[in-house]
Amino acid sequence: MTTCFNPTTLDEAVDLLGDRPDLRPVNGGTDVMVGVNAGTTAVTGWLNLRRVSELHRIERTERGLRIGSGVTFARIETELLADAPALAMAARTVGSRQIRSVGTIGGTLATGSPAGDSLPPLLVCDAEVELVSRRGTRLVRLVDFLTGPKRTALATDELVAAVVLGDCTGAQHFAKVGTRNAMVISISSLAARLDTARGTARVAAGSVGPTALLIEQASPALLRRDGAEEFARIVGESVTPIDDHRATAAYRRTSVSVLARRMHDLLWEVV
Amino acid sequence: MTEHHVEIVLDGVSMTLEASPATSLLRAIRDAGHTEMQGACEQGECGSCTVVVDGRVQNACLTPAMSCESAVVETVASLLREDLAAAFVRNGAVQCGFCTPGFVVAAEEALAADRPLTAAEVRERLAGNVCRCTGYLGIIDAVLEVDRERRGAP
Repeated sequence: MTTCFNPTTLDEAVDLLGDRPDLRPVNGGTDVMVGVNAGTTAVTGWLNLRRVSELHRIERTERGLRIGSGVTFARIETELLADAPALAMAARTVGSRQIRSVGTIGGTLATGSPAGDSLPPLLVCDAEVELVSRRGTRLVRLVDFLTGPKRTALATDELVAAVVLGDCTGAQHFAKVGTRNAMVISISSLAARLDTARGTARVAAGSVGPTALLIEQASPALLRRDGAEEFARIVGESVTPIDDHRATAAYRRTSVSVLARRMHDLLWEVV
Repeated sequence: MTEHHVEIVLDGVSMTLEASPATSLLRAIRDAGHTEMQGACEQGECGSCTVVVDGRVQNACLTPAMSCESAVVETVASLLREDLAAAFVRNGAVQCGFCTPGFVVAAEEALAADRPLTAAEVRERLAGNVCRCTGYLGIIDAVLEVDRERRGAP
């Protein structure tokens, strides 16, 4: 039985997965291999997506900025600094140069970790995930795609083809709290976007709930120049963190609230 | 699990790796008798297995060997240039030497940047490599020196 397929087109990849749903889609491998090396993740065969060039495109479409699932963090941090600044900032904080040069946005989406640093920036840009299978293509809003800790709406025969950022205007920022400057999995993270001309504000937090969380109830306070304290309070009250080996729930709640207060003022300085 | 053959080019020489789905590129190359890279944490934290695969710097421990069919793999053996080796020695950038092959690969990749590097950029580029001996300052100084030399700065 073949245990590694190297398709070169998306159609071919989707067909292979349709026939063999046991195959593990892989691109950079930076997340899945940690479990494989530790003996906690079993893989019966790989569907290697590195050579599917369709997945590596960044395109400006009518629906918005479309980022192929195979686009690496190294490319996002350099190529999307102007188009999607919060996402580019988050990409720059992922792992190390070695991880960013092969780790992909599609891997983060399919893994669905509550600590995926690019998820809050995608949430504040009204992202939709494009899923493809032999049955066809469907678009799922990212807020609906993330269903729980490392759980997503991805079906066993589906691949993440791309993510589309529906609305990316205004000032944006991303920040995270961790134990060192690099190579760190977030204790808490926050992304926000403020477009005062259009009256649009979004904020989303990571590592402080079962999934990355879009906090819609905090948007009105972000839209008010004098709303910093209220914004920080609402963000802190809206998250649902847990205690784990990285931090306590109380620290996560406090730190994300501090990030919110600082980010409110920072965004108002630049809009 | 059944072993499969994977053909790669390692530092310019064609070779065949034996791999199952669970085999990392690091394990497969070392099991074939090549010790150009070290392995330690096997979770992408330490950088001791840093290699360049098809032009991209990465951790061999996090790369499934089976995904590397026909890949061009470069290690310290083909990437180290004499000026960097001399700068490492001159700056005390090597003590026990375990991390050195990984640092050299990460450093050579950083030195290929399209503009001069600042100290902060060198730190950021080398943040995925851990050294338990030197305290990093010698390594960072060595890379900055070579960056200036190669770009013809005084």
